[in-house]
Amino acid sequence: MAEERPAKWGLVVDLDRCTGCNACIAACSMENNVPFVGEDEVAYGRALYWIRTQRYWEGEYPEVTPTFQPVMCQQCGNAPCEPVCPVYASVHSEEEQINLAVYNRCVGTRYCANNCPYFARVFNWFDYELPEPMRSYLNPDVTVRRRGVMEKCTFCVQRIVHGRQKARAEGRELRDGEVQPACVQACPAEALVFGDLSDPESRVSRMARNQRRYHLLEELGTLPRVTYLKGVGSHGG
Amino acid sequence: MAVESKSLETPLPLAQAEEDPREHLMFDPRPREEMNRMVMEAMTTTSRRYWAWVIGLALVVLVCLFGAWGNMILTGMGLAGIRRPVFWGVFIVTFVFWIGISHAGTFVSAILRVFKAEFRRPFTRASELMTTFALAAGALYPLIHLGRVWVFYWLIPYPNARWLWPNFRSPLVWDFLAITTYLLSSTIYLYLPLVPDLAMARDRTTGWRHAVYRLLALGWRGTEAEWHRLRRAINIFAFAIIPVMFSVHTIVSWDFAVGVVAGWHSTIFGPYFIIGAILSGVAAVVSILFVLRSTMVHMDYFIRKEHFDALGKLLLVFSMAWAYFFFNDYLLTWYGGEETARRILTFHATGPAAWVWYLMLICNIVIPWLTLWNRTIRRTPWAMFIITLLINVGMYAERYTIIPLTLGHQRMPFDWGVYTPRPTEISIVIGTFALFLLLYLLASRLIPLVPVWEVQEGQMAHTLRRVGKAEVPSVTELE
Repeated sequence: MAEERPAKWGLVVDLDRCTGCNACIAACSMENNVPFVGEDEVAYGRALYWIRTQRYWEGEYPEVTPTFQPVMCQQCGNAPCEPVCPVYASVHSEEEQINLAVYNRCVGTRYCANNCPYFARVFNWFDYELPEPMRSYLNPDVTVRRRGVMEKCTFCVQRIVHGRQKARAEGRELRDGEVQPACVQACPAEALVFGDLSDPESRVSRMARNQRRYHLLEELGTLPRVTYLKGVGSHGG
Repeated sequence: MAVESKSLETPLPLAQAEEDPREHLMFDPRPREEMNRMVMEAMTTTSRRYWAWVIGLALVVLVCLFGAWGNMILTGMGLAGIRRPVFWGVFIVTFVFWIGISHAGTFVSAILRVFKAEFRRPFTRASELMTTFALAAGALYPLIHLGRVWVFYWLIPYPNARWLWPNFRSPLVWDFLAITTYLLSSTIYLYLPLVPDLAMARDRTTGWRHAVYRLLALGWRGTEAEWHRLRRAINIFAFAIIPVMFSVHTIVSWDFAVGVVAGWHSTIFGPYFIIGAILSGVAAVVSILFVLRSTMVHMDYFIRKEHFDALGKLLLVFSMAWAYFFFNDYLLTWYGGEETARRILTFHATGPAAWVWYLMLICNIVIPWLTLWNRTIRRTPWAMFIITLLINVGMYAERYTIIPLTLGHQRMPFDWGVYTPRPTEISIVIGTFALFLLLYLLASRLIPLVPVWEVQEGQMAHTLRRVGKAEVPSVTELE
């Protein structure tokens, strides 16, 4: 079997296409066993969503123009959350080249969350119990987190690993678009595109070369793996 | 011993001098035996009110600190008011506050010792005790604020089954090492000058006290060789602990300055935090001295108006230095031109919690500058008590501004948020204040609070000499 080429996973968010439907949030929560914290806690700012839709409004009601911007962990190449963790719970994976949270190692200093300029990390303030029928569809591939640990988007690393293993078993390379995080899979407008940035012909690479591209807070030097395409339409983000 | 003898300032006849030098502790010597007796009496006298305070504080510690903390461990950090984006709240604020207070002891007893400031002599021990107990109270917070405190030992570098060291790039690990070093060295530094006083107490007590002091005095007999070694050890520690003290609060400031958070990412934070720490620490020394002087017997002999006067001058200087660094923080941010940091500083002064910012400025600048230049106010202990308490309120407000208020107003407007402390947090904070006071109350009756030998040493060096018809205060430099 041929030597496996290390992939450089990346995501493109086309703000022209995002309708702010929040399907990505729902799909992500189902895939990654993100618990429901209840209406009050969400209102208090303790939702555990790994991806959120930032909503900005222009104008006065009812003449408002909403713009939506889905924000998840930007999988920084130079991640501010990593050096500040005293117990290596926030680490860079060598194989996938993404930023992972090791839940079992986290002691909950919450330094990483403060130091993340995107506020992509969320904290388990309590132990959250899922109501009965929902307990049955927990994803066995993803650790269920207990109170006091930090968690965040992993680009659905379990899907990446699964896809790579499958390809390896079949003796072939991963096809473009074969691995998709839950948010990408669920996005009805195809505003989210995921793939290997090291392959110049992959769909994500081609989109990332778009003239509308920009990175979130790129002046901080975090080298994000998520590329945004600026919305230019009348309702663009 | 006497190598050099010099007169203080212009020799003025006593009648014309501004004040009677005998108002100074150093020129008002009493026999050693009498001072011993006074310190022993101060230590062994307990009133009904004292025990009421001890029991009350112990209950507060039990319920507010350990009760609330235990409940939070069992339920989750969510009992605290912190939420996205403000992940650090009053726990870290109070942590920095206590670490700041802990600078007082070392400042007073090491720096003033090295600079031979004679007025420090009677209250070095009182301020060193403050250092130790403030560190004890402050060192709880890194544990309290952990999401999973039951695995706190993962922060300690020890050989473990996971073959994993802590991440030495993390400022939290530096913090852990710096605070541990400071706690150990300041405890030793508290203990060293205590040995002769413990021996003094050993010789004047019976029963359980005698047994304890005999153990702690390490068989001190007061021979010339013992004194020689003790002085050398104290000297070495006095010099060695100064860089440790500077490093501790610099490293605490790096918890913030190393981060990418706008408004924290500043090179001025190290010295800024140290000046703030010394300001709040020295202020706390004054508050404590007032309480000691007004509640313990014979303390008005040792702690005098001149001490409040001298500390008041120091406070004025530090308040000005603090104001300079505060201004500098704005200057650099403005010059640096980062939009977010600039907006945060504006937000502090105009946002919904601007009153915290104004409280800080009033307590740290306006009040000290308006009052401390005045000699009469500096020599009024109760006024100094109020002023120094207010300075510490101001310093608490400073940390509150730097931590939760800055975190709540970062780069992306969608993530702006405010934070209000919840009862659990407030209760734990009150609990550690009670813990500090309780430890101090207990220690004040267990160890001699005035270093008698240091006072006596100073008094022996200060004499009123007759020059012609005038009496002139003169100081003999020791060693």
